Amino acid sequence: MENEILRIEGAIKRFGGLLAVDGCSLSVQEGTIVGLIGPNGAGKSTLFDLISGFVRPDAGSIIFSGKQIGGLPAYRIARLGLVRTFQIPRALMRMTVLENMMLGSQNQTGEMIFRPILSWGRVQAQERSIEKKAEEILKFFDLLRMKDEYAGSMSGGQKKMLEMARALMADPRLLLLDEPFSGVNPALSERLIERIKMLREKGLTIMIIEHAIPYVLALSDELYVLNKGAILANGRPDQVISDPKVFEAYLGVGFDAQH
Amino acid sequence: MLDYLISIMLTAGIYAIFALGLNLQWGYSGLLNFGHVAFMAIGAYATVLLGMNGVPLIFAVLAGMVLAGACGAFLGVATLRLREDYLAIVTIGFSEIIRFLLLNWSSLTRGSFGLYGYPRPLEGLVAHEDYNIVLAGIVIIVLLLVYALLEVLAKSPWGRVLKSVRDDEAVSISLGKNAFSYKVQALALGSAIAALSGSLLAFYLQYINPNNFQPIETFYAWIMVIMGGSGSNRGTIVGAILLWGFFSTTRFLEGYISFSPSASSAARMVIIGVILIGLMMFRPQGLFGRKEDLAVGK
Ligand SMILES: Nc1ncnc2c1ncn2[C@@H]1O[C@H](COP(=O)(O)OP(=O)(O)O)[C@@H](O)[C@H]1O
Ligand SMILES: [Mg+2]
Repeated sequence: MENEILRIEGAIKRFGGLLAVDGCSLSVQEGTIVGLIGPNGAGKSTLFDLISGFVRPDAGSIIFSGKQIGGLPAYRIARLGLVRTFQIPRALMRMTVLENMMLGSQNQTGEMIFRPILSWGRVQAQERSIEKKAEEILKFFDLLRMKDEYAGSMSGGQKKMLEMARALMADPRLLLLDEPFSGVNPALSERLIERIKMLREKGLTIMIIEHAIPYVLALSDELYVLNKGAILANGRPDQVISDPKVFEAYLGVGFDAQH
Repeated sequence: MLDYLISIMLTAGIYAIFALGLNLQWGYSGLLNFGHVAFMAIGAYATVLLGMNGVPLIFAVLAGMVLAGACGAFLGVATLRLREDYLAIVTIGFSEIIRFLLLNWSSLTRGSFGLYGYPRPLEGLVAHEDYNIVLAGIVIIVLLLVYALLEVLAKSPWGRVLKSVRDDEAVSISLGKNAFSYKVQALALGSAIAALSGSLLAFYLQYINPNNFQPIETFYAWIMVIMGGSGSNRGTIVGAILLWGFFSTTRFLEGYISFSPSASSAARMVIIGVILIGLMMFRPQGLFGRKEDLAVGK
């Protein structure tokens, strides 16, 4: 366990009478991809909200690289290198794709008021290197030709890609991807899988929520199944997926949904 | 006629500075400040009162800006953690509180009698009949400086964070930005700019009283910002020129039409309303706004 980057113990989140996350515990090893699956409403996105600080846990502890982060403001958690994306893509519509990207960069001198004037040269130099980095990442995601367009004009799938690209601008250590393939066409998804694997090669740790089982199997080193806010199963993806309990959880929900 | 043009230049310039402060808050940061005039009043009164007590005018102006900036920051800290529209409610209340305070704190402000005979910049050095020309020069220089400052900031990483907070705060936060702090900063800076315009207004009018700072002044600034195009500093300045140009020409024409003053001022507001509605129908992004800026939530 020496390479554990994230550890959650007994996390609980209630929304009124609903237990969205009900005593979740899990552990993520550095440099791996961890898949998180489960029926709709299982609490997967809420778990991401808890980890990233967007929602405060009612109980339990969340430890990111040895530091207790439960209850920290979300922006501070992001600064530690734990960056999340959103299930419904949140592009900054009235900003260009490039501006969206450049926002992601951390420790920008020019983000302090008046520094763009007082430290003009330094800020300009930083801007140039941030822009260069943004263009490289956009290229990696095949979005470079859109860089001067408004993010509001992108398709749903493109917004999902932009969301991931923008998160990478922050040089995260742990990246939380909430359904990164939804709305992305199959051909692009295949390429995205290769790209996510490349990020792992570079040492990035990724947690990924995804419905499409083949994608999850292709990517995950470890798989967690969430059901009704609790961990139902975890382990090697191929073993987890053939677990009858998991099959039932999905079937049960499918059945309910029809009636 | 020249006097007339200069007076239009002065008012348009002063109100352009005033509205630029609001554009920073609304156009760039999405903050609903409905009490902008309070900060103009704070600037005007602070500058005048300090000036009357022998404080060099440049420091008196700066003190007004600092005071207004602090008040703006305070209102932001008090309300911005709550729902978004609370800021709108609290600022509109604040502007009326300030006006009533100025009306009733007679020992300091002489209430509705107002203040006059206070020092103005360069007064001893310029002949009285030329004073407005010199003041117009000062106003234009200040306007250009404020414009340049805001343009640089708006295009800087700082402005980028502001725009991201305006578009979707959750994104800024997910990328490590303290969105709350940026909103407070925008409120403070915009309020300080309003105070600066208040100091200049006091220098121009030579006489101030609390009724110069009615809530309608705030809405003039809103009209300028919306007409010019929210988020465009240039548009805001053009909006100010158009609105004051309109006010002045109609006032000029009043001499030829037999309307009572209250009827003609009501007619003016009706015409402005109609123009605004027309603008929103045919060019909703404002004169200088970008059409893409309206594509929110699509
Ligand atoms: N902010 C919220 N307020 C109230 N209920 C919520 C909120 N967020 C999520 N929920 C509820 O919590 C449950 C889990 O939701 P979610 O985490 O989005 O599930 P998943 O991502 O697994 O589909 C759902 O029943 C959802 O309706
Ligand atoms: Mg979800």
